[in-house]
Amino acid sequence: MGIITLAQIAGNLNLIGYGLAALGPSLGLGLIVSKSVESTARQPEMAGKIQTLMLIGAAMVELLGLLGFVALLIM
Amino acid sequence: MFESVSKTTILAAGTGADLPTVKDFLPPEILFQGTPFAINRIILIRIVATVILLSVLALTASHAKLVPGRWQSMIEMGIGFIRDGVVYSVMGELRGKRYVSMIVALFFTILVFNLCGIIPGANMAATATVAMPLAFAAWTLVQYCWAGIREKGAWGFIRDECFTPGVPWPVYFLLAPIQLLELIIVRPASLTIRLFANMVSGHLTLATCLAFAQYWVFEASNKLTGVPVGAMWLVGGLIMTLFEIFVAFLQAYVFAILTTAYINLSYPEE
Repeated sequence: MGIITLAQIAGNLNLIGYGLAALGPSLGLGLIVSKSVESTARQPEMAGKIQTLMLIGAAMVELLGLLGFVALLIM
Repeated sequence: MFESVSKTTILAAGTGADLPTVKDFLPPEILFQGTPFAINRIILIRIVATVILLSVLALTASHAKLVPGRWQSMIEMGIGFIRDGVVYSVMGELRGKRYVSMIVALFFTILVFNLCGIIPGANMAATATVAMPLAFAAWTLVQYCWAGIREKGAWGFIRDECFTPGVPWPVYFLLAPIQLLELIIVRPASLTIRLFANMVSGHLTLATCLAFAQYWVFEASNKLTGVPVGAMWLVGGLIMTLFEIFVAFLQAYVFAILTTAYINLSYPEE
């Protein structure tokens, strides 16, 4: 292990790509959850409906992260 | 410092721990080899899970009493939750009545199949290969297309989906193909990939934790650091198991609610 091999990148580069690809969906999930918490605090009687809508939206965003994961597996 | 770090990483990744790979999801065939009906471990898990689910539900239904016991009220609570919390709350009782049995069947099948991933002995979610989620998604596709065609006619359904009203007409050249693609490809593909990728990633994470725990406790040469590190991996594995139970419920719920929402979208607006 000399100074030359110190900068070597070993392993699968796709992992780094997946890490980068997970950034966007994580921001989106954060926005969705924070907004739904906010609206539940404003109108507690709508909590059930807001939660359902939040889960539908979160499922859409989660798919974006999982697409990266599938691309990591098949490449 | 670099020397020791890289050495341990290489040791852990290369020679020691028995890390999970994609090959876990393609186990060898054990019955009817070479025929189209070849059965491997995952398909066997599916068959066993289906038989158990059906017999448990049939036994509960045949022994149903007016005043439910503990087990019966638990099953009833699950079915009632899907009926009221998912189907009726999204579609309303009038439309939803027709779809309660379908959504309940979807939810319970996916839930039991997902839970196989943490049941000792099975250790593999039956939905963790792409075929099973694809079958569920195809069922959903047929149902919401059929609902739209029945309510609005074939042309009315296509027109409402592709040519959304209230848009200037040149936009339709761009919008209509996208909407059609969304209708017949993106929705089922997203349902499939969501369920499949969740189960695969769950299995890989859990198996990685347990493989490292086994490696550090039993095979690492330095027991002084090996045992505490292995214990931490084991705790991680236990936490991931609990997380997998949560994900199994959540994914079954999300699949059920998205199916309901898609079917509801096919109905005409009031």
